[in-house]
Amino acid sequence: MNLNWVLSTLVFSPLLGIILLAFLPKTQEKLIKLVGLLATLPALVLSLAAYFHYLAGKKLSDFSVSAEWIQFRGMNANEPIFSVYYELGLSGFQLLLVVLTAIVATLSAIAARYVKKEWKGFFMLFLLLEVGMLGVFTAENLILFFLFFEITLIPTFFLIGKWGYFEKEKAAYSFLIYNGLGSAVLLIVIMILFAKTGTTNVELLSQMIADPTAPLSADLKLGLFIALLIAFGVKLPIFPLHSWMLRVHVQAPPAVVMIHSGILLKIGAYGLIRFGMGIFPEQFEMLAVLLAILGVINLLYGAFLAFIQSDFKMVLAYSSISHMGIVLIGLAAMNEAGIQGAIFQVISHGLISALLFFLVGVLYERTETSIIDHLGGLAKGMPIAAGFLLAGAMASLGLPGMSGFVSEFMAFLGLFKVQPWIAAVGTIGIIMTAVYLLRAVLGMTFAQAHRKFDAIVDLKGVEYVPVIVLMLLIVLIGVYPSVLSSPLQATLETIMLGLGG
Amino acid sequence: MSLDTLLSYNWGIMTPEFIILVVIALLTIFDLFMPKTMDRKILGWIGLAAIFAAMVTTASLAGGSVESILDDTFRLDSFAIAFKLLLLAGAGLVMFLAVSHEAKEGLENYKGEFYYLFLTALLGTMIMTSSGDLITLYIGLELLSISSYILAGIRKNNLKSNESAMKYVINGSISSAIALFGMSYVYGLTGTTNLLDIAAQLSVLMDSQHVYLLGISFLMILVGLAFKLAAAPFHMWAPDVYQGAPTPVTAFLSVVSKTAGFVIVIRILLTVFGAAATEGPGSVPLLLDMQDYIAVIAGATMIIGNVVALKQTNIKRLFAYSSIAHAGYLLVAVTTLSSNMFYSIWFYLLAYLLMNLGVFAVIQVVAGKTGSEKITDFAGLYRRSPWLAVAMGILLISLAGFPGTAGFIGKLNIFMGAFATEGHYVLASIMIATTVISYFYYFGVMTQIFFRPAADTSKFHIPFGILVVLIITVVGSIWFGIFPNTALDFMHNNLNIIDDFFS
Repeated sequence: MNLNWVLSTLVFSPLLGIILLAFLPKTQEKLIKLVGLLATLPALVLSLAAYFHYLAGKKLSDFSVSAEWIQFRGMNANEPIFSVYYELGLSGFQLLLVVLTAIVATLSAIAARYVKKEWKGFFMLFLLLEVGMLGVFTAENLILFFLFFEITLIPTFFLIGKWGYFEKEKAAYSFLIYNGLGSAVLLIVIMILFAKTGTTNVELLSQMIADPTAPLSADLKLGLFIALLIAFGVKLPIFPLHSWMLRVHVQAPPAVVMIHSGILLKIGAYGLIRFGMGIFPEQFEMLAVLLAILGVINLLYGAFLAFIQSDFKMVLAYSSISHMGIVLIGLAAMNEAGIQGAIFQVISHGLISALLFFLVGVLYERTETSIIDHLGGLAKGMPIAAGFLLAGAMASLGLPGMSGFVSEFMAFLGLFKVQPWIAAVGTIGIIMTAVYLLRAVLGMTFAQAHRKFDAIVDLKGVEYVPVIVLMLLIVLIGVYPSVLSSPLQATLETIMLGLGG
Repeated sequence: MSLDTLLSYNWGIMTPEFIILVVIALLTIFDLFMPKTMDRKILGWIGLAAIFAAMVTTASLAGGSVESILDDTFRLDSFAIAFKLLLLAGAGLVMFLAVSHEAKEGLENYKGEFYYLFLTALLGTMIMTSSGDLITLYIGLELLSISSYILAGIRKNNLKSNESAMKYVINGSISSAIALFGMSYVYGLTGTTNLLDIAAQLSVLMDSQHVYLLGISFLMILVGLAFKLAAAPFHMWAPDVYQGAPTPVTAFLSVVSKTAGFVIVIRILLTVFGAAATEGPGSVPLLLDMQDYIAVIAGATMIIGNVVALKQTNIKRLFAYSSIAHAGYLLVAVTTLSSNMFYSIWFYLLAYLLMNLGVFAVIQVVAGKTGSEKITDFAGLYRRSPWLAVAMGILLISLAGFPGTAGFIGKLNIFMGAFATEGHYVLASIMIATTVISYFYYFGVMTQIFFRPAADTSKFHIPFGILVVLIITVVGSIWFGIFPNTALDFMHNNLNIIDDFFS
């Protein structure tokens, strides 16, 4: 059966929702929210179908699609044509991220029930953002990747700036400018590669760069790699390029933070792994120690600052920085365990942070605060929500049996093998993670209550769906990690081949 | 010269020019004999029909061989056809704006002139694209300039409009004089005004003294034309003139006039100085030797245009600086002299035409309603007129160069050229960095449109002409962003610019 329609449909299916929404009257709140939610489902169904297609033992390359798109020509007939293809494809790693994106997008659409105004505009932008994210993870060449990457910027800018909290415009601007700079650097890298090699296809590029006769000097390659590191370092974010991300986490509406922290930050990790490691393995190796140190700095810096925050959103924001440090640590190990740990961490953190930010949204909806002190005694007022919050925090700090543990364990296992001293320093971060998360969560659930919880209801109705789905996935990965590791096997082998050669 | 020789020329290749010329004459006469009370709008529609007819005939001339009349004073090559199509499309859209423009502050007495002066200016630009001789190039330039001076000041009772015209006349004529002075050196050295003859003579230039003279002439021409392009540091007139002129005139100056500026820059610099030898035959051409000067102007234009735009509170001044910045991006393509230079400049001008004219259409609606031109007038536009707001949003995103729009593909083309040849890394980096700076002010306008509450919630009336312009520009901006090859292939298949240009 010919399956090459699947990916295009998967990526662009949310557009259907946008078109439908355009014809709905803007006062029909319930209908708009329903259509918005339903529009995320085709992508979810297709991505799961692709996953089971893979589990059934069939090839992922069945889904690849490629068509001519843009030709840049020199004016002389004998000059090479620079072609950009419209090409989408899936590897195991990409498949996992697509599934993660589809799941988190649907669950965020549920969280978008808290949106108070202009639902129509919100969902249209939200669905456009989903197109961008799905495209980013399926694009097979750098120009297409860049196109989808920038498509995520504009809706996010508006979603933060219009539907966010008090300082939303400032947050939207710092998001735009930091990410704009990051993507500007990325564009330079892409265009230099394109102009020098004549292609932007990731696979072809990695072959060409490995080829010693390629028209790129060693210095240029190193320069390009460092530029990539900066471009994706803004997105990940790597300390000291992180300040924009704190503002976004605090100011954006819950549905958008779920997406942002769950998926958008992962684009940075994805780019580092797929392009940084995939195209420039030698250069990655040269800078591995630096990356390990940056990873440990991220881990410790995030953890220590998370410890002193009074706003739970800020705790989670710093915790994201800290957890992204673990991704860097795993990658810097440059061995199978490390890289696998890093990828596990990407997915596991996507699920955990989506869960925690959803709960923050639930709490804020009822109490209009996310300050830890103001939420004291939560366990009495909202026992179920408090229970899930605690469980989410446990997953985040790496309790065995949950997804956080598997990824942290493997990332550190990898790094201990090659850089035991740096890894040893890093373990302080793991302890700190437990400390700050428990301080924050216990401060909310069990501390002295400063308020009455009389009129406040616990989780109800559809709110259970995101919480339970995410919790189940977290536990599933924790107890049965091969749901992730088996699709990753082929990807890891390719990467290790590039590295070890 | 006998009548037979005159008739032996293929005058058919000038059909588009003749159409415009005849219609200008007719409009002048109509205007004279029409009763005072009669609405002059009909003249605008006739002008539009003429532009459309000229466009069709120009397109039908594509694909033929190079032809010339009167010793190359008029030549029809692929370059001329490609850029004439742009100029006609731009002028056509401007005409739609002009027809929808509400006449006030003295303009109501000169509505006839308002329409046919656009056509004379257009005729000037068309002559410029099709000329292989310094004299006709200069005549075209002056026809454009003089028409523009009057257009800028046509709101007779408006102080700003008068100031605008005055500044434009003084700056414009000084710059023309400087360019002309530069050209006189070239004439002095070669004894001819025919561009290709000049090129042939200069390519065997031996005397280093002469090369030095030619260098001075290059700089003078560059400075004179940089005025026309509003490139830094000769850009100071642009914001004042753009602010004072009526909106359709501003749109004309920022798009059609700028396109014509690039046409003349390419014609003169490439043919004359691209061939001039620096140290005897076969040596590095003077243009490559002088590349750094263009690079400095390009860099300065991008930086100054984008940075000063951040401070603007008047929407027309903002877009004046924005169009200065875009001239800078285009100059990057001129600097790099890569093999896809014609392509990238042509495509960028096409994208720029679409997005900028669309923006001025929105400005005309909004500023026409509020009577002021403050950026804050756009507050709450999304509430008042969602479609207008979304259209403006798409156009701004294209101006900022986000993927999925024509503006992005245009920038991509320029980058390709910058990285492909010797690698103008610094210039390309400036271009990317200043693009990020431009996000501030483009998104600043968007902030007003989408985030801020409206002071006044009345709806807008969108005239037919504006609607046409908005639909064409928005659809075009997206279409050429997603399927750029529809435009690029047309160029490639029908027009062989580089071969035609020098033959």
